[in-house]
This record gives sequence, structure tokens and C-alpha cells, in this order.
Amino acid sequence: MNNLEYIKERFNQLPAVGENGLGVIRQKAFDALNTMGIPTTRHEEWKYTRIGSFFNKEFKYTAAHPTAITATDLSAVRLPGYEQANELVYINGRYAPELSVLRSKGLTVQPLQEAAKNEYKDLVSKHLGHSSDYLKDGINALSTAFVQDGVFVHIKKGQIVEHPIYIYNITDAREANVLAQPRTLVYVSENAQVKFVETFNTLGTQESFTNRVIEIIVEKDAITEYYKLQTDASHASQVATTHIRQIGKCVTHTVTVSLNEGLVRNNLNIVLDEQYCEAHLYGIYLQQGQSHIDNHTVVDHAQPHCESNELYKGMLDDQSTGVFNGKIFVRKDAQKTNAYQSNKNVLLAEGASVNTKPQLEIFADDVKCSHGCTIGRLDEESLFYMRSRGITEATAKSLLLHGFAMDILEQIKLDPIREYVDKLISERLEFDIA
Amino acid sequence: MLSINNLHARIDEKKILKGINLEIKPGEVHAIMGPNGSGKSTLASVLAGREDYEVTQGTVEFAGKDLLELSPEERAGEGLFLAFQYPVEIPGLSTTNFIKTAVNEVRKYRGEEALDAVAFLKLMKEKMAMVNIDQSLLSRSLNEGFSGGEKKRNEVFQMAMLQPKLAILDETDSGLDIDAIRIVANGVNKLRNKDNAVLVVTHYQRLLDYIVPDFVHVLYNGRIVKSGPKELALELEERGYDFIKNEFKVEA
Repeated sequence: MNNLEYIKERFNQLPAVGENGLGVIRQKAFDALNTMGIPTTRHEEWKYTRIGSFFNKEFKYTAAHPTAITATDLSAVRLPGYEQANELVYINGRYAPELSVLRSKGLTVQPLQEAAKNEYKDLVSKHLGHSSDYLKDGINALSTAFVQDGVFVHIKKGQIVEHPIYIYNITDAREANVLAQPRTLVYVSENAQVKFVETFNTLGTQESFTNRVIEIIVEKDAITEYYKLQTDASHASQVATTHIRQIGKCVTHTVTVSLNEGLVRNNLNIVLDEQYCEAHLYGIYLQQGQSHIDNHTVVDHAQPHCESNELYKGMLDDQSTGVFNGKIFVRKDAQKTNAYQSNKNVLLAEGASVNTKPQLEIFADDVKCSHGCTIGRLDEESLFYMRSRGITEATAKSLLLHGFAMDILEQIKLDPIREYVDKLISERLEFDIA
Repeated sequence: MLSINNLHARIDEKKILKGINLEIKPGEVHAIMGPNGSGKSTLASVLAGREDYEVTQGTVEFAGKDLLELSPEERAGEGLFLAFQYPVEIPGLSTTNFIKTAVNEVRKYRGEEALDAVAFLKLMKEKMAMVNIDQSLLSRSLNEGFSGGEKKRNEVFQMAMLQPKLAILDETDSGLDIDAIRIVANGVNKLRNKDNAVLVVTHYQRLLDYIVPDFVHVLYNGRIVKSGPKELALELEERGYDFIKNEFKVEA
């Protein structure tokens, strides 16, 4: 029995449709999964990223034993600044309230199953699964089919959440291969402000596959920052979907940092669903060995007078591979749109490669849009300049690459996280921060 | 200090230097002048170790070492400095961090201890005052958005920080107005002493009003065709390079 059949069997063991508020959406997703299957490289959006093989192996899809993860395990993966953060811990895709810490007022965290039945049920039914409008593939459907294990996060109207929300996705692969599907729906109410930082860690040496979906709804006048840090090991692979829907004039700011050693596919969708929305999307990826990074982004300008600004930068060494696919839709009514996109890559070895594709579909006629992508090598003249000052070639390369990453680093507006990422990048570039 | 003997160099198949001979001693200032395309910048580049050029013949000895055997960073370690005609912009790297790395890598090459933060700051403050450069400029990304004059001043600042035995100024005056030339030249003059030397590469005589050379060499068609005292520069300015061209017709 391959893994997909095993997963389907698990689905059938779950409580029948209709028994809770999520039944209909789950069944719909399960049907979609059956129809579409796990995407292969024949799927246009998955041309360069192969995940099918993971589903030919045996993976466990179960909750880890509640006591399996100790406080020691957790402290090994904690992020700097955690003393002042809300911490949401997911173990093998399931929320672990006993390990989580909530410090802020106006922040509600509860199982999606409950939220689907209580005062939040209208929000849940309206927004849960919205990402499937943009991600027409079985892997997104697979997440939604098992959505009953997910979490609902609600930020109260007008609430400034001073403590950032750290989300730890921990996969316990010490005894078996594990499939984890953490699922979160976030609702940021009017005039609220919140910052998220999300990380992924696999414990043990068995393989893990994480199919993570987070959907974030942002109301008017709210500000949401979201930082995704991917540093997981070579035996850990993931599809990480971040779907943001801006339903009032509001601002979102995302930075995706990918220092993964295995395979990572990121989907970042930003839907600008009201006038005067603003979205900033940044990404930095450093790849080495056999690692693979695929950033698929969609910015959907559905309404007029919105602005989006996207910059992704990458450095690829050894035999690593990269993909950037940036879609921008400007709908017919979205006049006065400003949309900018840029993807810059530096290849550091003969064996490294990247496929980059900007894709603009513009149906309005009074807009400002630009896009560009570059793939290059380190600038020889810059290297010579630095070497002529006595700096060794290796150090000169590190300094140049660190400088290349700098404008993305500066977009991380949480000091302890920015310093941490700077340290990780500098370590990978084998260079001391002066 | 520097001894160039029958130096030939080419880029791809094009021969540019065709037998340069030059001797520079400590305390001296030499100027190399010549029309465009004569090989002035190539000579500067070959000395600093730019890899685009291939040396096909000749030797260069610097401070007792075979210069051509050394990498660019080793040449800097030995005390050679090239002030670039077009200094490179490096986004995301502050001038301060750049120069701190350079100073300490050079010290390491020489077997000296790295400067700690306090000692480095002291050295920097001293040299900043000497070449009249502002802290705000040094906090910015290296040369990014600098004016032409600021870039050249930054070159002289780096020279001050690295205290080379031989500084090569490659068309440092190009694109600078007279005030900027004066500031840059003042900086260079303050750094001169009996133990170091300066090689000024320039198309015009103007810079030599401020950095007064002991010897002027005219480079034409890949060779030094004329050498003389500083008055030679004035003669070139007055008569133009045509008289050189006429006197030394290109041989086939």
C-alpha cells in the first residue's frame, strides 16, 4: 500500500461528514484529492518540483505520543526572543496546547473543530479553504481533507499584539517516517497589529514530509507581518502554503528565508480584495548540496489602487536547484494598480541551476507594473576590487554574498529574528559578522 | 622598491604592453602620462594583478619579491595599493566593515595581530581627519550612490588606512573638478614619506600641479618612449600628445 492509499484509508476512519462544522469542506477536498491526485511534473505549476516519490514511501500519519516531545526538545528549537513571544507548538502537525504559551491579550487560539461551531463559525466557513481557489492541486486538497486537526487564531479588533507569535512546526521522525499537516486559519481583525514567525524542525533521522497550510485573513487598517524561516534538514521536505487575503485596506509584509537542506516548495498567495491594500513580499534563499527551493508566488490585484512590491533573491551552490514563479494578476477593475516584482539569482557552482519565470496577467489599462529577473555569477570586478585591498578571495565572496542578502535581511523588522537570520546566513557563508 | 623589466602583456590576442622598463625607489613620485589607449591603465592593472591580462614576457620585482607570482591580495599584503579609476559599488557592505576586514586581513598576511574595535576606531578617526572624509559616508554601503569625488576620496582614505609602500593612482583625476582634485591630492601628499612611493597614472598634467612628480614617463604604444623631470609634463600639456605620436610612429 503506498502512502496515498494509506492516507485515504485514514480519512475514511475519521468521523463521518456532517458530524462537525468542517464536514462539508473536508469531503469536498477529499473528492478533489481523489480527482487530481498528488501533482506530478506534468502539472504546469509543478514542472520543476517533484514530490510524487514521497508518496510512494511509507509514512506514518499520526499524532506523536503526547509525552514524546519534552521541554528539552522544544528548547533546542526555540527562537531568540521567545521569552517575550507567544509560542504555538505543533507536533507532527497537531497543535500541542500543553507546550504552547499565550501571553497576549486579544489573542484567541482554539481547535478549528471548535471554532467551526462557536461564535467564530461564520468566519471559519467563509474563509477556511480559500487557498484552494488559487492552488488547484491535490496537495492543497490533502491538507483540507484533514483540516479537523487545525487551529484557529483570532486577533481582536484594535488589538496591538506586542509579543510576536512564534509558530514551531516540530516533526518527530525519531522512530518512523512522518507526514505532518499543520493547518492554521488566522483572522486579524480591524485595526489590529501582529507579527508571526514560523519555523520547521524535524527531530531524528527518519524522513519527514510537511504539508503546511496557513490562511491569514486581514481586515481593514490592520498590519500583519509574517516571517517564515526554513532551516530543516536534508531528510525533511515540505510544501508550505501561506495564503493571505486582505479584505480591507490594510498592509501585509512577508519575508521567506530558505536555508533548507531538503526540498521546499513555498506557495505564497496574496489576494488584494479591497481598495488601497498594500503588500510587501520578500524572500532570500541560500541553497547548497542537493537542496531544492521552489517559490511560487501569486499576487492578485482584484481591486483598484492597491500596491504590491516583491523582491526575492537567491544564491545557489553545489548541485542545488531553485525555482521562482511569480504571478501577478491585475483584474479588469483593478485600475491604478502599482505592482513590482524582481527575482535575482547568483549561481555559485557549475552544477547549480535555477528556473525563474515572472508571469504578469494584466486586464486593466491604467496600471504601473514592472518585473525583472536576473541569473548571474559573482561580479569579477567587485571581487578584484576587494582582493586588491588584501581581502582573500574566499572572504571577498562571503562579503559580497552577505551584501547581496542585506536588503532582504533589513526587511525583517523583529530585531532578535533579524540578528538570528543574519547569523545563520553568515554561518552558511562562513563569514564573521564584523 | 619596484623594478619592472621588459614587461609584455596582452588581453586576449591584443598586445598592449610591449616592453616596459621602470625603476621606482622609496620616497619617489613617478608619473606615467600618455594618450588614450597607450597602455597606462593596463600597466596599473597588471601591477595590481587583474586576471584579464596575460603577462607574456618580462619580470616585476616588488620589495624583493616576484610580484607576478603573487595573487592580488598577496600584493596588497606586500604593500601595493591601486586606487581605481572606477571604484566598485558594493551594496549591503558598509565602507567601515569593508576597510576593517581589509586592514585585518593585511595584518594577518604580515603576521600581525588583528586590531580590536578600539584600536581600529582610533586609526580610522586619525585617517579620516587626514583625508577629510566624513563618518556618514563610511557608514553607507561601499561607494553606493557616492559622487565621483566621494569615491576617489574613499580610495585615498583606504590608502591611508592600509599604508602601502607603493600607491598606484589610476586616473584618479578623471571626472573630478578642481576642488575635488585638490582634496584628493592633499590627502595623497599627507601620506607621502621617505619610505613609500607613488605612481600617478594620468592623461592630464593638472593633477601633477598638486602631486608633484620626481619623474615623468611618457607611455606610447605599450612602451615608455620618453622620461624626464616634472617639466616634461608641462611640455606635454602645451604641445599635446601629437608630437609624441609623430616622433614615435607606430612600427608595424
